Amino acid sequence: MQVFWHQVLSGLATGGIYASIALALVMIYQATHHINFAQGELAMFSTYIAWMMLDAGFPYWAAFFLTLVFSFIAGVLIERIVVRPVENAPVLTVVIVFVGLLVITNSLAGWIFSYTIKSFPSPFPSNAWYASSYLSAHEIGMIAVTFGVLLLVFLFFRFTPLGLAMRGAAQNPVSSRLVGIRVGWMLALGWGLAGTVGAVAGMMAAPIVYLDPNMMSGILLYGFAAALLGGIDNPWGAAAGGFIVGVLENLAGAYVVGTEIKLTVALVLIVGVLVVRPSGLFGRVLVTRV
Amino acid sequence: MSAILETRGLRAAYGPTKVLHGIDLAVEQGGITTLLGANGAGKTTTLRAICNMMVRATGEVLFAGARIDGKATEDIVRLGIAHVPDGRGTFSMLTVEENLRLGAYTRRDRGVAADYDRVYGYFPRLAERRKQQAGTLSGGEQQMLAISRALMLRPKLLLLDEPSFGLAPIIVQEIFRILRAINQQEQVSVLLVEQNASMALALADHAYLLETGEIVIGGPAAVIGSDESVRRAYLGY
Repeated sequence: MQVFWHQVLSGLATGGIYASIALALVMIYQATHHINFAQGELAMFSTYIAWMMLDAGFPYWAAFFLTLVFSFIAGVLIERIVVRPVENAPVLTVVIVFVGLLVITNSLAGWIFSYTIKSFPSPFPSNAWYASSYLSAHEIGMIAVTFGVLLLVFLFFRFTPLGLAMRGAAQNPVSSRLVGIRVGWMLALGWGLAGTVGAVAGMMAAPIVYLDPNMMSGILLYGFAAALLGGIDNPWGAAAGGFIVGVLENLAGAYVVGTEIKLTVALVLIVGVLVVRPSGLFGRVLVTRV
Repeated sequence: MSAILETRGLRAAYGPTKVLHGIDLAVEQGGITTLLGANGAGKTTTLRAICNMMVRATGEVLFAGARIDGKATEDIVRLGIAHVPDGRGTFSMLTVEENLRLGAYTRRDRGVAADYDRVYGYFPRLAERRKQQAGTLSGGEQQMLAISRALMLRPKLLLLDEPSFGLAPIIVQEIFRILRAINQQEQVSVLLVEQNASMALALADHAYLLETGEIVIGGPAAVIGSDESVRRAYLGY
């Protein structure tokens, strides 16, 4: 039984990473109805930036927050420079741009930082008081950080004028212009925020999966599964989906399919959700009158 | 009286389809001007062209004497032109109160808090529903919300696109009554686009008649209302 609970709890910890990636995906999806396939690679690149600063002797949290700033600016710039020109392009064009962004970011990281696997430190010391036999200090810390991020994002969208404007711009761009909201900038801000949330996920994941240019490929798949399971148009559903996927993945890995092919669980989930309940567990069912 | 809004040779097109062929109209400061016409005459397009929204427009648009054509929609709004678009354009997933908050998005003055009560004063029904999702309101309430959201901007000019559309006659009468009150109490000039010609002529002091992208007649509302051809084609008697 202890093994079972250990699996569930550490599933929650990795689930936090999936939740963050899923949240980043949903933030962009809600505003543009596009899935950013490069979300994971951008998070990976951010993690390398953090690694570079740590390597240069920065204290952990300084590197952490500077990386968030970098990721925000990078997200905004990518939206302005790369995504903006294809704003009104057909969906396949946008998909190709995102795939291109994925490949470019991946290769750029390999080229600059090399493909050798690097270790990445955890800010939570392994002998900390909150560590237990169920959860390591890093796993506890990861869960806390994820909930912190979720809470901040919630407070931002719920209570600030800018958050409200971003929600308005995502829902109804035409009316948003008519109340004076600069919709283009709201999209760019959304990319910046998504990049920031993704960077947190990257830095939390790196101590476990190690740092290399392909570190996020599996995580991105789980993030997709989480977003779809929770409902691609519902940020809180997507976050909940992240935790559910994390636990399912661990349990399936331990008791059903073994760790070797547990990534398949994500793919099965994606297909399963799309077949059985395309709107996800917490998503809205959109009914259109024709 | 001077014109708060003037268009000179305003043309507009959706892609290759030309819709407006040179519109000259003026909205008097503090007055209500109505733009009448049948379906497809270009009424909605005229309002869109003024706001440089969703349509390619050429020609001059003057607001309080200054050119605004070519400016971005967001910047035109910031000058004090509030547009209640056709289909109302409410944020259906947001609450009534959030819709109003967005209406005041560009304002940084201290009067915003008091303005909620001011617009709730015009439309008490919205106050009862302030925490309700806008999409769950009735059609009439959504129109009231759209007008209220526009008022939260403290506009100098209100562009209204068929506020009577799809509403029961009794609701239309209520909304028109409140529009008159708003026009008088807020010192806001109004450009009203309507298909319901008799109600619009009763409310407005100036009127223009639009036919296939051109103004065919314009003048004081009473004169237009008694015009033989207008009566037969648009008033039905």
